[in-house]
Amino acid sequence: MSDRNRFFHLSRRQVVRGLLASSAFGLTAKLGSGCAQSTSSPEAGDQGGAVPDQLVVGFLYVGPKDDYGYNQAHAEGAAAMAANVPGIKIVEEASVPETSAVAEAMRSMIEIDGAKVLFPTSFGYFDPYILELAGEFPDVQFFHAGGLYQAGVHPNNVGSYFGFIDEAQYVAGIVAGHTSKSGKLGFVAAKPIPQLLRNVNSFTLGARSVNPKATTQVIFTGDWAMPVKEAEATNSMVDQGVDVITCHVDSPKVVIETAERRGVFSSGYHANQSSLAPKGYLTGAEWDWSSIYTSLGEQFMAGKTLMAGDIPHILRGGIADKFCKLSPYGPAVSDQAKADADAALAALSAGELIIYEGPLQTNDGKEVLPSGKGLKIDDLELEKMNYLIEGVNGSVS
Amino acid sequence: MLAYQPWRPALEAIVLRLGALLIAFLIFGLFCALAGANPVQVYGSIFKAAFGSWSAWQNTLIRASPLMLTALCTALPARLGLVIIGNEGALVVGALAATLAGLSLGPALPGGLLLVTMALASLVAGGLWIMVAGALRHYRGVNETISSLLMNYIAIALMNHLVQGPLRDPSFVTKPSSAEIARAAWLGNLPNTRIHYGLLYGVIACFLAYFLIQRTTFGFAARTAGGNVRAARIAGLPVGKLTLAVCFLGGSCAGLAGMVEIAAVQRRLNESIVANYGYSGILVSFVARHNPLAMLLVSVLLGGILASGGILQRSHGLPDATVMVFQGIVFLCVLFSDSLYGRFPIFQERVRPPAKTPVSV
Repeated sequence: MSDRNRFFHLSRRQVVRGLLASSAFGLTAKLGSGCAQSTSSPEAGDQGGAVPDQLVVGFLYVGPKDDYGYNQAHAEGAAAMAANVPGIKIVEEASVPETSAVAEAMRSMIEIDGAKVLFPTSFGYFDPYILELAGEFPDVQFFHAGGLYQAGVHPNNVGSYFGFIDEAQYVAGIVAGHTSKSGKLGFVAAKPIPQLLRNVNSFTLGARSVNPKATTQVIFTGDWAMPVKEAEATNSMVDQGVDVITCHVDSPKVVIETAERRGVFSSGYHANQSSLAPKGYLTGAEWDWSSIYTSLGEQFMAGKTLMAGDIPHILRGGIADKFCKLSPYGPAVSDQAKADADAALAALSAGELIIYEGPLQTNDGKEVLPSGKGLKIDDLELEKMNYLIEGVNGSVS
Repeated sequence: MLAYQPWRPALEAIVLRLGALLIAFLIFGLFCALAGANPVQVYGSIFKAAFGSWSAWQNTLIRASPLMLTALCTALPARLGLVIIGNEGALVVGALAATLAGLSLGPALPGGLLLVTMALASLVAGGLWIMVAGALRHYRGVNETISSLLMNYIAIALMNHLVQGPLRDPSFVTKPSSAEIARAAWLGNLPNTRIHYGLLYGVIACFLAYFLIQRTTFGFAARTAGGNVRAARIAGLPVGKLTLAVCFLGGSCAGLAGMVEIAAVQRRLNESIVANYGYSGILVSFVARHNPLAMLLVSVLLGGILASGGILQRSHGLPDATVMVFQGIVFLCVLFSDSLYGRFPIFQERVRPPAKTPVSV
C-alpha cells in the first residue's frame, strides 16, 4: 500500500517536471515557426561521381528555405545555378543562426564537402564570421549579399553582390497606384535602414507617378520577423481604408495572407507570393538570384575567381542587369496599369528612367533634391537615405 | 545500512539514461526512415559530424560551452526548489555589462585586467538580474518562473534599445550594434584549437557548483531549504539570504556566458547575442536532473546533436528542422525515463531499512 502511495507522489512531481521541461523545449525548438518542408532534397544521392571538373558550392540561409521570402529567393537561385550550370554541385544548410554556428557550418562545408565557393546569404554573417573564415581559407571564395566589401580592408577572396530592388518597387508602386481606389497604400516595414527606406520611397514615387494624390502609410514593426506585429499592422491599415499593401520584412507571408483575408490587394517582396493570395496579389518586387547565380556559376566553371580579379568584388545592378524582377501580374491588374508598368520596366532597362528626380521633399518639409537635379540608382547618396519623402505617412525615428 | 550497495542506484541512473537514449534512437530512426533516409547512414553521419574527428569534436565543444554556463542558472536555484528560467535574460544582461565595461575602460586598462573587469561586470549584472527574481519570490511571493521568464523580454528589449540608440556604432552597417571591444580584450582560443576559453570557464564553473552544492555547509543549507522551507526556517537557516545568494550565483554564471560570447565570438553587442543559449540551458539542466557534473555530459551531447544538424541537411537531404526533432525526441525520452525510477526491483537496496525511513530520492 505505502509503496503505491509513494509512487503516486513521485509520479505527480515527474509530471510537473516533464511539463515544465517540455515547455522549455518548445521555446528552444521554436515550435511556433518550425514549418520547414519535408520534400525538397537538392541532390539526394551523395555519390557525386569523381568528375575532375566538378565544383562544390555551399549555400547558407538564416531561416527555412521555404519562407516565401528572403531565404526562399536565395534557395531558388541556388537551385537554378545547380540546374543550369553543368559541373556545379550545391550543398545547403538552412536555419543557421548568426553565431559561431555559421562559422562551424562554413568550415564543415569547406573541410568535409570540399566546397570551393560559399554563399553565406544572411546580411549578418559578414562580420566577423565570413571575414574570419576568408582569412583562414584564402583559396575559397566567399560571396555575400549586401555590398559591404571594401577593397584593401577585406580579404581578397570576399565579394559582395547587391541589387537595386527599389527599381522593382517603383514599378510595383505604379501598379499599386493604378489599382488603389482609395489612393491609400500601406507599407509594413521592419527597421528604418537605408535599403528599406529606398523601397518605401520608390514604391511611393511609382504610385504617385500615375496617381499624384496617392499616399503610403508606413508602419515599422521593429524587426525582420515579427509575424504578430505584421498581421496587426496589416489589419490596422485595412481598417484605415488602405487597399493595397506591400512590405519589407524577411517573410511577407503573413502580410500577404492577411491582406488577402481582408479582401484588399497586395504586392509582394523578395520572392513570388502569388500562391498565397490568388485574388488580390498584384505583382511584387522579386530578387532574380537565378540569373545572377547562374552567371556566377558559369564564371566559376570557366576558371574565373575573385582572387585572380576575373570576377569583380562588387557586383551591383537593378532591373537592367537582372538583379531583380517583377512577379507576373495578378488578375486584378488593369490593362492600363500593365501598359504603364511595362513602359517603366523598359525605361529602367534602358537606363532612361531616373526614379529620384527633383523637386523632391521629405515628408517633414525638407528639400532632398532641387528641381532639375536627379540621383541615379547607383548613386552612393541614396545608400545613406534616412528620410521618407512627401506622400509617405510615417516617421523614421 | 544506507551505503550497503551504493552501486545499485548509480547503476539505475546510468541504465535508465542509456535505455532512454536507445529508445530515442529507435524512434528517430523510424522518423528518418519515414522521411526517406537510411537510418543507419544517418546515425553514421551524426556520429561522424559530432564526434568522428578532432575537428568534429571541436565543433561540438564550441556549441556546448555556452550551455554549461547557462544551465547553471537553472540548476543552482533548482536545488533551492526554485524553477528559474531567466537564463536568456541573464546572459543578455551579462553581455551588456561586459560590453559597457569593455568599451568604457577599453583604452585605460591593459588586456588581461580588462578581461577580468568585463568578466566581473557580467557576473555581477547577471547575478543581480536573477537575484531580482529570487527577491520577488522571497519577499513578495511572486512566482519566480513567471517573473524570470518575463524578465528575459525586458533584458532583450533593453539591449535592443541600447544598441539601436545610445550604444550604436554608426559605422557598422551589418546590423545595429555597439562598437567593437578593444582587441586586447578578445578572448583567445585554447592552444592548437579553435575552441575559446569559454569552454574552460564552463567546466570550472560546473565543478565549482558541484563542490558548492554537495560538499559545503552552504550547499547543504540550500538543499535543506529546497527540501523543506519550514523545516529549514525552524532549524534557523537564513532562507532569504540563501535564496538571494543562490539566485545571484546562478545568474552570474549565465552572465558570464554572455561575456564569453561577446569577448570570444561576437566582439560587439547586437541582437545575435539572443541565440537560444539560455533556453537550451534550461533543457540541459532538467535533463541532467540539476546535477552540475551531469550537465557537462548533457551539454556535450546537445552540442553534438546541434553540430550534426548540418550534415543531415547536406548529405541526406533532410529538412533543417530534423535536428530539432532529434533533439526533442532524445530529451523527451530522457525526461520520461525519470518516471521509471524506483520501478525496477533489481535497482533497489537489497537490505530493506525499517519501513518508516524511506531512502531519499
